[in-house]
Amino acid sequence: MHELGITENIITIALEQAKGEKIRSLTLEIGELSAIAPESIQFCFDVCSQGTMLEGATLEIIVIAGRGVCQDCGEQIPMELPFALCSRCGSRQIKITQGQELTLKTLEIESICV
Amino acid sequence: MCVTCGCSEIPETTHNHVLPDGSVITHHHTLTLEQKVLAKNDLIAAQNRGWLRGRQTIALNLVSSPGAGKTTLLKRTLEDLQTQIPMAVIEGDQATEQDALRLRKTGAKVVQINTGKGCHLEASMVEKGLQELNPPLNSLVMIENVGNLVCPALFDLGEYAKVVILSVTEGEDKPLKYPYMFQASQMLVLTKIDLLPYVSFDVALCWEYARQVNPNLQILQLSATTGEGLESWYSWLRQLR
Repeated sequence: MHELGITENIITIALEQAKGEKIRSLTLEIGELSAIAPESIQFCFDVCSQGTMLEGATLEIIVIAGRGVCQDCGEQIPMELPFALCSRCGSRQIKITQGQELTLKTLEIESICV
Repeated sequence: MCVTCGCSEIPETTHNHVLPDGSVITHHHTLTLEQKVLAKNDLIAAQNRGWLRGRQTIALNLVSSPGAGKTTLLKRTLEDLQTQIPMAVIEGDQATEQDALRLRKTGAKVVQINTGKGCHLEASMVEKGLQELNPPLNSLVMIENVGNLVCPALFDLGEYAKVVILSVTEGEDKPLKYPYMFQASQMLVLTKIDLLPYVSFDVALCWEYARQVNPNLQILQLSATTGEGLESWYSWLRQLR
């Protein structure tokens, strides 16, 4: 359940960036090959954000599909697991090129205008 | 700048203004962060790596499911090798000092880290552990991670390599079931091979699965009880320095 610690990191980063202002929503990118379960992050977020400036904020999670490139023949390979067999030459030497993201992309801040 | 209220918002951002009835004005502006969530851990891990390099010390991150035999292998390794290679241990468990006490009997320097609710070690814990351990120059630091085949795969501690330990009393399909860990590791050590006559563990199939997940994985098999295969493990450890 590393998602709990990861969610705490997300909340820390967001609160630091918002500098005490209320956060309305945040966007997070999670790669399909990152070993992180988006639904667990969502659950932990709702729990961990309580009592902070993030309480009630919407967490939008964008799931990034996994992709790799064969190191032997250059074939582009869609990946659902962190390993694959090249569909063209059968090689196992696949380098992951996309899907390992875990990035806080944007933060929407609500500030009272004086 | 917003012409209605004079605030410094850029005009395209959504924001509302107070009406004559006195309702609250709020602005919504979006900050683009592109911040990697694990950046802080990765930074501390990089610092640990630099600290270790400065001491010409190699750290290995030992990972496995609970009960695979990490501590038994470590105890035997310390007994057999610490006269040739200076060694020290960071021992990670959710709770208790049991493993540290067991390993200290070998005379080795051992620091215990209890992660509490945490299911894995993080770079900041290892940073503190290294300060306390103060390993000698040109030594080998063994970091025994919390028994867990999932979470420790994600957290760089600053180690030279992850070593995944799998025992023959587990299923040979563990590499397929927990691919992230086997992919993140450089070495697979198959332990308890003295029990092979009593269990239905297919070693060849396990190796096949492991290489499917990580074609560059090095593989060793041994028994810390009988000593079979230990010499290859020790040779690998010696050549790291």
